[in-house]
Amino acid sequence: MSRQYIIRRLLIAIPSLLGISIVLFAVLAMAPGDPFEELATNPAVPPEVRMALRAKFGLDDPIWSRYLHWLAAMLQGDWGFSFASRMDVDKLILQRLPVTLIVIGSSQILAILVALPVGVLAATKPYSVFDQIANTLAFIGFSLPTFFTGLLLILVFSIQLDWLPFVYRSDIEAKGWLFYWEHIKQSIMPVTVLGLFQGASLVRYVRSSVLDVIRLDYVTTARSKGIGERKVITKHVVRNALIPVVTLVALQMPIVFGGAIVTEQIFRVPGIGSLLISAMLANDTPVVMGVTFVFACLVVLFNLIADILYGWLDPRIAFR
Amino acid sequence: MAGSTPASLSAEAPRVAAAAPRKSRPVTPAREAWRRFRRHRLAVASGVVLLVMFAAVALGPLIWPVPINEIDFTAKLQGPSWAHPLGTDDLGQDLLARLLYGGRISLAVGLAAMFVAVFVGVLVGALAGMSSGRMDAILMWLTDLFLSLPQLPLLLLVIYLFRDTMKGIFGVEGGAFILIVIVIGGLRWMPVARLVRAQFLSLREKEFVEAARALGASKTRQVVQHILPNALGPVIVAGTIDVAAAIIAESTLSFLGLGFPSDVPTWGSVLRDAKDYLDIAPHWALFPGAAIFLAVLAINFIGDGLRDALDPRRVL
Repeated sequence: MSRQYIIRRLLIAIPSLLGISIVLFAVLAMAPGDPFEELATNPAVPPEVRMALRAKFGLDDPIWSRYLHWLAAMLQGDWGFSFASRMDVDKLILQRLPVTLIVIGSSQILAILVALPVGVLAATKPYSVFDQIANTLAFIGFSLPTFFTGLLLILVFSIQLDWLPFVYRSDIEAKGWLFYWEHIKQSIMPVTVLGLFQGASLVRYVRSSVLDVIRLDYVTTARSKGIGERKVITKHVVRNALIPVVTLVALQMPIVFGGAIVTEQIFRVPGIGSLLISAMLANDTPVVMGVTFVFACLVVLFNLIADILYGWLDPRIAFR
Repeated sequence: MAGSTPASLSAEAPRVAAAAPRKSRPVTPAREAWRRFRRHRLAVASGVVLLVMFAAVALGPLIWPVPINEIDFTAKLQGPSWAHPLGTDDLGQDLLARLLYGGRISLAVGLAAMFVAVFVGVLVGALAGMSSGRMDAILMWLTDLFLSLPQLPLLLLVIYLFRDTMKGIFGVEGGAFILIVIVIGGLRWMPVARLVRAQFLSLREKEFVEAARALGASKTRQVVQHILPNALGPVIVAGTIDVAAAIIAESTLSFLGLGFPSDVPTWGSVLRDAKDYLDIAPHWALFPGAAIFLAVLAINFIGDGLRDALDPRRVL
């Protein structure tokens, strides 16, 4: 794992970020609606003034120049002003981002904790009863949309059993251990919903990846040397089988963010996903653009992390 | 290929005897695929379930001619009964009628978005696979770029920005339908494009394509007659899974309040209205949720069965 490899990966990430920013800008530029539309119908504003305003804010400039201006503003952290929340967009997003990252992060950990053992066990005994059950459950898991699982969990654990709160509160008054306990309690359901959905598709990837490796000659060699089955699986098989899984976890990040938006909306978690929805319903375009851009950056970042991890797990790739 | 291990484990273990074709009828690829598909019991059962759902949404409104928007406050938030088999919502509207109507939209969106995705995917993949060099590189860069876009935020963004214009042109329902189908399809073609390109790269060097080329077949003829039919198996599988994904995407949009408007009852928008009444009328949320789940699960199982039938080498 060389420094060169990391630098090369970083350089590859830049064009994809630029590409994403072009797509975002194109969507925004193609969108109907003119910020000065209201002025056009206002008889008190003469058309010359409107034209002058358009020229002043660069709306008549060629599209590439508008794009460069927009990009420069985004890079400088000048993301605009949220009309609904009465504060700068970048501050608003920074305020909401940690909650989202914590929820997504813990759900990913949960997904891996579930999917790894189940997938490996299923692959070591393919077509067994355990394998069949695991596969069927995995199918059910990723066929259940997150918004429905969320409502089901609320129905069972909040309404029927009354164990867990279904509204995420950020103003918990308790102190010390109780504070953390309340936070854990209200995070259980959102994290479970996201984690199980993610884990369900991960199980299948882990299984097929382990199945690919377990047939290789070096595994037979390890067995014939008299190494115990458990050790063969954990030390020889799983290590190599995990390499493609790491990439898949990162490539699934766009889907995870989609799930996060839904779960945040259901459980009213104050993260950037629910911010996006409320901004859309309130027609708060600067916030919408900012949050979408943050999501795009996060996806690129996770792809980068996957690439670097990939190079670390499989040194052959770093030397390619 | 006849005796190969089925890729998915929901299928039964392969039977050697079944590999011997019956003498009376010729073994066409389609019949061979159907034989393999039949072995996947869950897929066959799912096919039946899905057929019943399609029949229900297509014919149901004829058999159950209750209007979807008949408001009756005396019968609001009722559980299932003979008058209302699936209960009523907060305005006393009949849920069975609303779900049958919504199923039409949800399933139609799923199918239409799949066709958009497969069409774009095959087009891009075939172009990239046939034209090596710069064209291929650009198209694949574009595919990778689209793959790394955050799907749902972008979906929401496009619909947020364009829905009013579309509503103006095509009306409330039609505008939402066209926009949602194009956007969902336009963000889901990438896996198909990669599959098709990979198939094309290997197929175009095969002897039978070379023979066609030697006989003077034009490039279009090579693609349409010789390469594409052989590349279609994985595309059909991916397309099937895409229907399920599109149904989830549409329901998610409607659930978040950015898909179809509430007065157009799709499964997602009914669920959205129901979520505030979970404690007093759980049936209201359970039925549309179960409908989405059942449709998606059935389609996923069919995709799994088709994968065994059409693409037996793949292990996933």
